[in-house]
Amino acid sequence: MRYFIRRFLFFLLTLWTAVTLNFIIPRLEPGDPAEDIVRRLAGQNKPIDPAQLHAIRLMLGIPGGNIFQQYIDYLNLLFHGQFGVSYTYFPYPVTTLIGQSIMWTVGLVLTTNIIGFIAGNLLGAFAAWKRNSIFDSFVSVGLSFVGTLPYMWIALVLLFIFAFQLQLLPMGGGFSETSTRQMSWGYTLDIMQHALLPALSILITGPIGWIMGMRNNMVQTLREDYTRLAIAKGLKPWKVALLYSARNAILPNVTGFAMSLGGIMGGVVLVESIFNYPGMGRLFFEAVGNRDYPLMQTILLFTIVGMLLANLLADFVVGLLDPRVRKGKN
Amino acid sequence: MDTQDHNLKEPLEQEGLTVTQGVTTAVPEPPILEPEDDDVVPQQARAKRHVPEWFEVIWSNRKARVGLILLLFFILVAIFANVLAPYSPTDISFGPSQMPDSQHWLGTTQAGQDVFSQLIYGTRTSLIVGALGGGLATIIALVIGMVAGYMGGIVDEILSFFINLGLVVPALPLMVTVAAYSPVKGPTIIILVIGLTGWAWGARFKRSQVLTLRVRDYITSAQFAGDGTLRIVFREILPNMLSLTVLSYISAAIGAIGAEAGLEFLGVGDPSTISWGMMLYWANNGGAMITGQWAWLVAPGLALAAITSCLMLINFGVDALSNPQLREE
Repeated sequence: MRYFIRRFLFFLLTLWTAVTLNFIIPRLEPGDPAEDIVRRLAGQNKPIDPAQLHAIRLMLGIPGGNIFQQYIDYLNLLFHGQFGVSYTYFPYPVTTLIGQSIMWTVGLVLTTNIIGFIAGNLLGAFAAWKRNSIFDSFVSVGLSFVGTLPYMWIALVLLFIFAFQLQLLPMGGGFSETSTRQMSWGYTLDIMQHALLPALSILITGPIGWIMGMRNNMVQTLREDYTRLAIAKGLKPWKVALLYSARNAILPNVTGFAMSLGGIMGGVVLVESIFNYPGMGRLFFEAVGNRDYPLMQTILLFTIVGMLLANLLADFVVGLLDPRVRKGKN
Repeated sequence: MDTQDHNLKEPLEQEGLTVTQGVTTAVPEPPILEPEDDDVVPQQARAKRHVPEWFEVIWSNRKARVGLILLLFFILVAIFANVLAPYSPTDISFGPSQMPDSQHWLGTTQAGQDVFSQLIYGTRTSLIVGALGGGLATIIALVIGMVAGYMGGIVDEILSFFINLGLVVPALPLMVTVAAYSPVKGPTIIILVIGLTGWAWGARFKRSQVLTLRVRDYITSAQFAGDGTLRIVFREILPNMLSLTVLSYISAAIGAIGAEAGLEFLGVGDPSTISWGMMLYWANNGGAMITGQWAWLVAPGLALAAITSCLMLINFGVDALSNPQLREE
């Protein structure tokens, strides 16, 4: 129990630091968003009117005062769920923009990654169990080559073949411009068609890391004494494989999955940029390009909190699966 | 240990067969590590002292041998790029957006540069970014992960705190943010960003590895024997993590090469850099999709995949280095 309480306290402390970092990082970046907007309105080389600059600042609500006052204001606003107004999509609050895009990202990326994780671990366990079979050789040689293909390249090639050359699937976006956006079979099908290529480009390489990790770990655990004991006891092969060997072999993959969520957000930025998918990744990339501090900060914060929760969950799961970790802490 | 070896013989011989059919063809079996009799191995290894033993182990693994030869090939291409490339990669005097022909094997870009020459010169960028970015990340990961895992207690709490922090800040968005605003652009800043943001993953793996290693019996006996912390960490734990460290260096290099390509693809690199990521960026933004220039689009991705798989093949051999159970002989 102590292990779990400590992990939770740890979560709170990391959360506070992440929130604080999220305050500091954007402020270290050079450049003034208000100046940018004035420049964009007036043209690159025109002199900047100080009155106009001041007006834009007031309009955007760019924080004033010294850095400590800004920090207090920032925390206060966070507690009240006020994340500010987007600079690029003025006057929409960033929460509205994120609300519009978050379901697209969660729907596409989380689904494909969970499918990939489960399938990958099962396939990896199977490869280790049938070590030296044709399937295993295919996994350890063939799949590891497929896994090296760059993520965005697979997406580009899929887009090139299926959308540009064969013209079977849409070239990008989350739904057709002509669609009614009402819940109906037609709209669902439309969304599926648009999600197919992005999902495929994640699912081609996504599970390979889990397959390889599981296979290599389980090759080790299959040699451990407890596995031999299980075989000697005359247990059914699937019981030995899944309840004895795989249970220990999956531990690194469980922590790995929580960690991989950070990489997933990176993948989201790439895949959503390529397919022009209306999710958080593309929104983030736009925000960085436009120096949209509130939008950028809020997306980073949402991602960080999501990943903190995932890591906390992984710590709990590993604690449940592995008594050595749980008791070692006491 | 001895019984395990006997149990292993049969499957290992099978593995030798399947791999010979699959990957390499005409590479003869090295006579050095043919263990019909276990006692022969150390004698012959001693006789061949001029070749380091670790190299022999890696070399005796067929997959790793292919990887090492491929890596040598890439290094040679990078060194002699100016000799091998038919044109200068920045020469814009050719017709724009040409399909592959005998003059330009992979066609030309929309600016009229030779794609094949760019591909050859791009090898340099990827190798350098992989070696330096991966190296920086691995050194940081090793120090932090091992100290945290072994020391435990408050030291572990503090270091784990930083590891978790490094893990929860999403790497690519962070890299994009830093690289986009950096006043300097190009590979140098990308190497630094990759190294400084990419260590947390490896540190966490090493920490958890040390966590399970330090409760093993031989560590306990070393502690009872009165060995100091540094000695235990470096003489008892590190040798057991050697393959993991080299493995994670090569993995970090793979990650660095991929991250560089990703960053440049998203347009935060220096547009005049000659690299595979920048080639993909220009292919995507220069209309390769519409003009149907498949070669321009396909070539940089395959090159990235080739260099990544060559590093992964080497990893198979490194794995065998500290884990004799995985050796193929």
